[in-house]
Amino acid sequence: MAKIILDFERELTEIEALIRDLKERENLYNENHQDQIHELEKEFESLAKKTYANLNRWQRVQLARHPDRPYTLDYIQQIADTWMELHGDRRFADDPAIVGGIAQIAETGVMIIGHQKGRNVKENMIRNFGMPQPEGYRKALRLMKLSEKFNKPIITFIDTPGAYPGLGAEERGQGEAIARNLFEMSRLRVPILSIVIGEGASGGALGIGVADRLVMLEHTWYSVITPEGCASILFRDATRAPQAAEAMKVTAQDLFDLGIADRVIQEPLGGAHRNPLKMAEILKRVILEELQLLKSFSLDELLEQRLNKYGQVGVYEE
Amino acid sequence: MAKWYERTEKSILSDDKKEIPEGVWKKCPQCGEIIYYKELARHQHVCFKCNYHFRINSDHYLVMLCDGGTYKEYDAGMRSGNPLDFSDPIPYEEQLAAAIQKTGLNEAVRTVESKLNGMSIHLAVMDFRFIGGSMGSVVGEKIARIIDRSLEKKFPLIIISASGGARMQEGVLSLMQMVKTASRLARLHDAGIPYISVLTHPTTGGVTASFAMLGDVIFAEPGALIGFAGPRVIRQTIGEELPEGFQTAEFLLKKGFVDAVVDRRNLKKSIDEVLKFYYA
Ligand SMILES: [Zn+2]
Repeated sequence: MAKIILDFERELTEIEALIRDLKERENLYNENHQDQIHELEKEFESLAKKTYANLNRWQRVQLARHPDRPYTLDYIQQIADTWMELHGDRRFADDPAIVGGIAQIAETGVMIIGHQKGRNVKENMIRNFGMPQPEGYRKALRLMKLSEKFNKPIITFIDTPGAYPGLGAEERGQGEAIARNLFEMSRLRVPILSIVIGEGASGGALGIGVADRLVMLEHTWYSVITPEGCASILFRDATRAPQAAEAMKVTAQDLFDLGIADRVIQEPLGGAHRNPLKMAEILKRVILEELQLLKSFSLDELLEQRLNKYGQVGVYEE
Repeated sequence: MAKWYERTEKSILSDDKKEIPEGVWKKCPQCGEIIYYKELARHQHVCFKCNYHFRINSDHYLVMLCDGGTYKEYDAGMRSGNPLDFSDPIPYEEQLAAAIQKTGLNEAVRTVESKLNGMSIHLAVMDFRFIGGSMGSVVGEKIARIIDRSLEKKFPLIIISASGGARMQEGVLSLMQMVKTASRLARLHDAGIPYISVLTHPTTGGVTASFAMLGDVIFAEPGALIGFAGPRVIRQTIGEELPEGFQTAEFLLKKGFVDAVVDRRNLKKSIDEVLKFYYA
């Protein structure tokens, strides 16, 4: 598959290619290019810092959707010591757009649930681009209840362009499935940590996103609708999505400023897709910190805080 | 003859053609019958010939359900701010001001305490005229508060939904109102207090995916469009026309997602029966 390069990444990618070439020459011909490599690396760093500090909201949306970005199962593979996927909602089917299972991270048992996108056309046929059907949300809820029974914390990874708007999904109660999850997750008697690793669109994201702590990676977005959806309603023109992304204030930093995200995690320079291993390492450390923090509350405190966390969202005058 | 399922999506979105003007005569869009307005009002704005349900606003529901048409309204003055400084394509403040001007309401939901056949109730009625009944901070907060009041006073709760979904102009803050309302309902549920959800035309998006679908008993008005995704989005996604009657109240009944499709003229009686069952 051809590597996808976003416009603002082009120059960086060229420098990366030069560095790779020089290193290859060193290996092949026993040449020494250390000085030049060092120079290029410095150039890369300063250019990357400058570029990524000044991204507009739409560019961040594009980064959040970058096809080389790590997905849920990529992180699980790097972070968990053991992992067993559990399938099916026990009612209708197994939805591959949401994965879930039991894992051990640093000797702690956790339930991990996340949206799963595909890496290529074939995978996306199966994963439906990470757009769940009702049975995905119902599987997630089944696993969360299991986690509650075993008294284990829940980690959810959010990465979806939305719940699937199809005939079957409506027929089987997409709205009811998401509503039920919000209802049940709000009173689940175990800690819930949600991490936005890519895109968080609408109720499709929220359906596994009710949490005690909401963490967002630096180059991710989360809002009530996709920028395209917003643009097609407001401007009757989906190509004006960049404008809608600005208007809706969708980035991780926006959500932190609005008091919705509790924490924003810095990504490796140039984004998670440039250094997935480093990203996973950072994420693992953050997860352990967050679980530790959540352990410091009694369950009653946790549930009261969870209710208040959502209870206080909103701006109005009386 | 036009049928309910042939409603164009335009009428589902935000035009007001189905609103009832205070004129003397009204034509039924389904059977073409010309009806004297006062006659229509006497039948709760249902065509006596073909049962077509005209869209009605929150006033009508309040008068219809509350004994003697009297109620005590809560938080009537609550108004939205503009937390995102949303100004595309027009400033959100202006949009709100226009909606306030048009409807005489401050927001898309009204929450009241009243009596239904002598039984104390809390009632929330959404109003589609106000920015398509969309849920922003105020709708979420008012619904959350009426749930809390039901919890406190142990009054059964009834919510009449009519909404295009969450309000885009408040971005992620609107989205989170779904959790705000659903989490309160979970507490109400645990306290054993009944919640009856009534779905009217249309109920979609974030309202469907939160409080509307969480009723202990869910009623829907005949012909009402009810779904998570809107028909236009589904049509675009699957690239074909939707089957006849898809996402109507009758369709949801068949698929098992509502308890009953209730003619508006029987709505009060149906709610009464559930409340009597609870109190019996
Ligand atoms: Zn008629």
